Amino acid sequence: MRDREERTRSGPPEGSPTTSGFNRRDFLKGSGAAAAATALVTATETVTAQDVKSNVRSAEPQKVTLNVNGEDHTLEIEPRVTLLDALRNDLSLTGCKDVDERDAAGADTVIIDGKAVLAGSRLAIECEGQKIRTVESLVADGNIDPVVASFVKHDAQQCGFCTPGFVMAMRAFVDKNPKASDEEIREGLGGNICRCGTYDGIMKCALELTGGA
Amino acid sequence: MRNFEYARPETEAEAVELLGEHDGNTAVLAGGTDLLNLMKAELVAPQRVVDIKHVDSLHSVTADDDGVQIGSLVTLDEMQSEPLLAGYQSLQDVIRGVRSIQIRQMGTIGGDLCHMPNCWYFRNGNGLLGLEDGKSVVAGGDNRYHAILGNRGPAKFVSASRFAPAMMAWGAKVRVIGPKPHHEQWIDLDSFYRTPKTDRQGVTLLKPGQLLTHIRLPSASRLLSASYEVLELEGLDWPLAAASAMLNVVDGVVRNARVVMGHVAPTPWESREAAAAIIGRPVTEATAESAGEAAIAAATPLSENRYKVRVARTAVKRAILAAAESARPENRREV
Ligand SMILES: Cc1cc2nc3c(=O)[nH]c(=O)nc-3n(C[C@H](O)[C@H](O)[C@@H](O)COP(=O)(O)OP(=O)(O)OC[C@H]3O[C@@H](n4cnc5c(N)ncnc54)[C@H](O)[C@@H]3O)c2cc1C
Ligand code: FES
Repeated sequence: MRDREERTRSGPPEGSPTTSGFNRRDFLKGSGAAAAATALVTATETVTAQDVKSNVRSAEPQKVTLNVNGEDHTLEIEPRVTLLDALRNDLSLTGCKDVDERDAAGADTVIIDGKAVLAGSRLAIECEGQKIRTVESLVADGNIDPVVASFVKHDAQQCGFCTPGFVMAMRAFVDKNPKASDEEIREGLGGNICRCGTYDGIMKCALELTGGA
Repeated sequence: MRNFEYARPETEAEAVELLGEHDGNTAVLAGGTDLLNLMKAELVAPQRVVDIKHVDSLHSVTADDDGVQIGSLVTLDEMQSEPLLAGYQSLQDVIRGVRSIQIRQMGTIGGDLCHMPNCWYFRNGNGLLGLEDGKSVVAGGDNRYHAILGNRGPAKFVSASRFAPAMMAWGAKVRVIGPKPHHEQWIDLDSFYRTPKTDRQGVTLLKPGQLLTHIRLPSASRLLSASYEVLELEGLDWPLAAASAMLNVVDGVVRNARVVMGHVAPTPWESREAAAAIIGRPVTEATAESAGEAAIAAATPLSENRYKVRVARTAVKRAILAAAESARPENRREV
């Protein structure tokens, strides 16, 4: 699991001369480095909305149907809306946490068609036709998922902010590796960060669920 | 994030057509683990995002007498459990180093090979060359994680792809289609990456409207391989330096070898010197060490990253030793 002193490589250290006075728009106008590399060229200010093809959805708000925790919801959202924002802002499912733009902490983990997915790194429109499970689904009709029960038993949270994401990552991990070793658990759950440092308790949960303790 | 159209092709031909419109101001969306970050930071702002996940032909792993072919959308998780890839130990080593179930289940091999550099000057908007008012701020700035080889030109960043060193050591070829319908070419991965000389060039040969569809590897039988990555953190992290070795050992002597380093130069960095140091000799601590020395002999570290030279040397040595050790029956890994 991740070191508590995790380093972000998304920006130079504070006080670096390079952060001063930089304007992103100038960059978009001035340099195509990123662009060329990913087969893109610089943006135009507006996106034209006419779409002639059936497999293209325009940049305007679209009807998007998401199946979340077994229920269909039809939203009216632009393609750029992430699943994280759709869940939190349109469906009031706030278990999924919005931590940072680089999406590096795992607190926004959901399960889509059985796979652990960072909701902040997925467009809502991409998820049409898939089955999305959020942490809210783990306590339904009085049934408590064993992962949740284990977190309670081992007191594996402090402030609780990272907990829903950790619980979902562990749910997906245990489904995939029901007999994982200590080392495999550390490998699999390294994408979740807990600022409060509850890793010991979380490790106990994982070991209990995989039969290791 | 800027507004964009969302397209969902179901065939390779449709994908190429959709990517070629809007003057190629379009983006390929695979797992999205990096593209969405780039778009949120407005480092890229495509008019159309082409979600290739519904193109079936990109999801499969197939084998024939000559080797295996991996679709660009195969995830790291799928590669790990794919029996056809079990013999490519150097790839399996890399997967185990990506310590996050989310990234393994979302991230695709195509997205890894086309990943943009993690250089913080680039991520902060200074472009790949890290320019401010036309001058590089990297050479005199915080270059702890930057290049120690191939860094004499304006590019100082390190290539981000984690699988490219192993793929190159195996002699991989990639299939690229577009920008015109029916354009198709197989490119040696060796020549796929480039070091940009101006801030309008990219890190690969891919042009607007092109798509990487498959990767081909020769058959793994009787060849040994391993990757060794030096990570600073226990959790999800990018290596400080990495190396991948592929060896053909006959009667205890190395007949042929390829050694490719990662995260040390603006492209994956093949060291023919390291290979030459072990070809014709048995793999021992001493010969592996001499390969490590040879690999970094020409290093030109920047002001803050001299430590990476030793890290890279160690990665090369350990990759070679691990490849040789994988020959022992007790080290054969079942998948
Ligand atoms: C918070 C975070 C931390 C991460 N940390 C690490 C880490 O420490 N170590 C690590 O190894 N990985 C890390 N990554 C993961 C890395 O992004 C994935 O390993 C990689 O597999 C990306 O695949 P993708 O399919 O998600 O890429 P995408 O984001 O979909 O694509 C990446 C780039 O490649 C282009 N592209 C994708 N597929 C193709 C194609 N077939 N043809 C042409 N162009 C294509 C895209 O346009 C984009 O520019 C991290 C990701 C996140 C979100
Ligand atoms: S319990 Fe506070 S962040 Fe994990």
